[in-house]
Amino acid sequence: MRVALFITCYNDALFPDTGKAVTAVLERLGHTVEFPAAQTCCGQMHHNTGYRREADSLVGAFNDAFRGYDAIVTPSGSCGGHVRHHHRTETAPNVYEFSEFLVDVLNVTDVGAYFPHRVTYHPTCHSLRMLRVGDKPLQLLRAVEGIDLVELPEAESCCGFGGTFAMKNSETSVAMLQDKMGNVRKTGAQTLCASDNSCLMHIGGGLSRVKSGVRTLHLAEILAATR
Amino acid sequence: MSGDQVNVVWLGSPTFPQAAHDALQDTQLRRNLKHATTTIRDKRLRAVAELDDWETLREAGSQIKDRVMRHLDEYLLQLEASVTAAGGVVHWAEDAREANRIVSELVRAKGATEVVKIKSMATQEIGLNEALEDDGIEATETDLAELIVQLNDDRPSHILVPAIHRNRSEIRDIFQREMGKHGIAAPDDLTDEPRVLAEAARVHLREKFLRAKVAISGANFACADTGTVGVVESEGNGRMCLTLPETLITVMGIEKVLPSFSDLEVFLQLLPRSSTAERMNPYTSLWTGVTPGDGPQEFHLVLLDNGRTKTLADTAGRSALHCIRCSACLNVCPVYERTGGRSYGSVYPGPIGAVLTPQLVGVGTSEHADSLPFASTLCGACYDACPVRIDIPEMLVHLRAKVVDAHRGGVPKPEALAMKGARVVFGSPRRLAWAERLGAIGGRVAGIGGGRWLPGPARKWTGARDVPVPARESFRAWWRKAGRR
Ligand code: SF4
Repeated sequence: MRVALFITCYNDALFPDTGKAVTAVLERLGHTVEFPAAQTCCGQMHHNTGYRREADSLVGAFNDAFRGYDAIVTPSGSCGGHVRHHHRTETAPNVYEFSEFLVDVLNVTDVGAYFPHRVTYHPTCHSLRMLRVGDKPLQLLRAVEGIDLVELPEAESCCGFGGTFAMKNSETSVAMLQDKMGNVRKTGAQTLCASDNSCLMHIGGGLSRVKSGVRTLHLAEILAATR
Repeated sequence: MSGDQVNVVWLGSPTFPQAAHDALQDTQLRRNLKHATTTIRDKRLRAVAELDDWETLREAGSQIKDRVMRHLDEYLLQLEASVTAAGGVVHWAEDAREANRIVSELVRAKGATEVVKIKSMATQEIGLNEALEDDGIEATETDLAELIVQLNDDRPSHILVPAIHRNRSEIRDIFQREMGKHGIAAPDDLTDEPRVLAEAARVHLREKFLRAKVAISGANFACADTGTVGVVESEGNGRMCLTLPETLITVMGIEKVLPSFSDLEVFLQLLPRSSTAERMNPYTSLWTGVTPGDGPQEFHLVLLDNGRTKTLADTAGRSALHCIRCSACLNVCPVYERTGGRSYGSVYPGPIGAVLTPQLVGVGTSEHADSLPFASTLCGACYDACPVRIDIPEMLVHLRAKVVDAHRGGVPKPEALAMKGARVVFGSPRRLAWAERLGAIGGRVAGIGGGRWLPGPARKWTGARDVPVPARESFRAWWRKAGRR
């Protein structure tokens, strides 16, 4: 199986560790991955902000970059969801969010990770409602050795990020963020985990601002951790 | 602003972000909203889970509505014929002004100076109460929550629970202060106990029910084949309005027509569970024309367009007209939960308001309407909850594109420039790699100075959130350096 990494533009620039973690997990499971260097951006931000023409013009390049792969794996539920739902191309159906790929395609839940910390998981909206990943990320987390996984109250309510919403409606966004942070703190977890760095950037930015001591980690980074 | 100037009643409010600013400061409002939406949300989930064919029902509802929209003209003509055959009179109103004029003339022809009303969004949309007042006619809302809102000279903030933003003691004060000005006053020893409050409203309204010669209602459904019009409600006030007065005037948006009487079977299951989390509405009233010696002896049906045919013309946006006004999308919406309904500046708040209002008034016609499609994080909770499966997130994005396109040309806003710039950078991996290196250097320089407070528009982010410092090395640079393939 030829597997390509779709790292997404903001992961590439701001959260390269996530991409490295995805690579590490997949290689540990014995798979070879490729990073098609021609990839740039899927156009989700443009599309969702109303710049449809600009978004559409990125679709062809995405398709060209990823043509010929059996699976395209991405650590972002929202970008993965965007490509699957809005790119009407031959590559679109082959795009998998990281946890989906592990559980549905590779049929693994135990990836041999070790992470002896208290963790709570936030199911990001697009993973949850657009891709319907269900509890796959939790199945993966539960199999991590040493982990103390605690349930997040009101887990399924949106964190308030919403891409440009965080800027256009920043006050509402912050009100939602505060409730999310409150719930995270209730769990007593040291780590907040999610499958999308965009939401984590927002929640993590808030948690860091109030010096909560809670850090945010992408699912892939927890799964990549070993003894 | 009244319905005369624009065709959906506005609160004269500013754009969504500005209106939300005020609502967010009101901590009591936020607590009331959170409590109410959470309760009703949980109840709805339980009510829906009781039916094992819920998804099939949703699909059926969605398909019937689809069919109605495809053949709206035919069904409306059929409805007109069957209502007329049953002894009713049908009026067509193109916009708010025309509808108000029709209703006002009908009321005055009866020599009435007061009317009782049963909750109707359509009449709110056209500003009927205000128009009647201008013509010397006092209209009394008889739905308990509507009454609370009306007495306080307030505006509803929820489709089904218009006083969702008020708590018991606030309601007690409103009753005490205002009821006497409009009829029977509230007793001096009024407490904030729900039973006592309801009794005061009952006494106040009963007098009006018994006196009114004319009633005005909305309609949840109208069946084209039989001419039957239906209203569902939970207090019985509607039943009083629909049976006691001599004349009944129903104002209905044209999208409310259903092909046949048997379609009610689907919607009378979908609506109550989605809205009030009940298995059935406490009161379902159906009437067909007039019956000599029983109920109103004159029945008028006003069919209101007011932007609906325009909405219908947009095949990607028209499903907003499928809405059965259950309010499930409001109750699950995290944005609505924080800002309340009035921030939406329209009688249609929440997710459905964000897609319906701009379409009814026209995208690109006002700053406020154009701000509504952006009042969402696209979290998708509304789509999951909608009993007729309206894909609200998809429509929000569609309308955002229309807003952006309406403002293309002329001097581009900073956002448009940023989007164009990003598009250029994303146009080639080389340009992206180059921009990433610049960003990493710039970001780290900013990071040295703290990096926690950025100037300009970015302040909207750093007001409450730290920014991640761009990585020293992008993923793509790491990959290349590691000599991977
Ligand atoms: S859009 Fe759907 S969920 Fe919202 S009020 Fe209308 S029918 Fe109900």
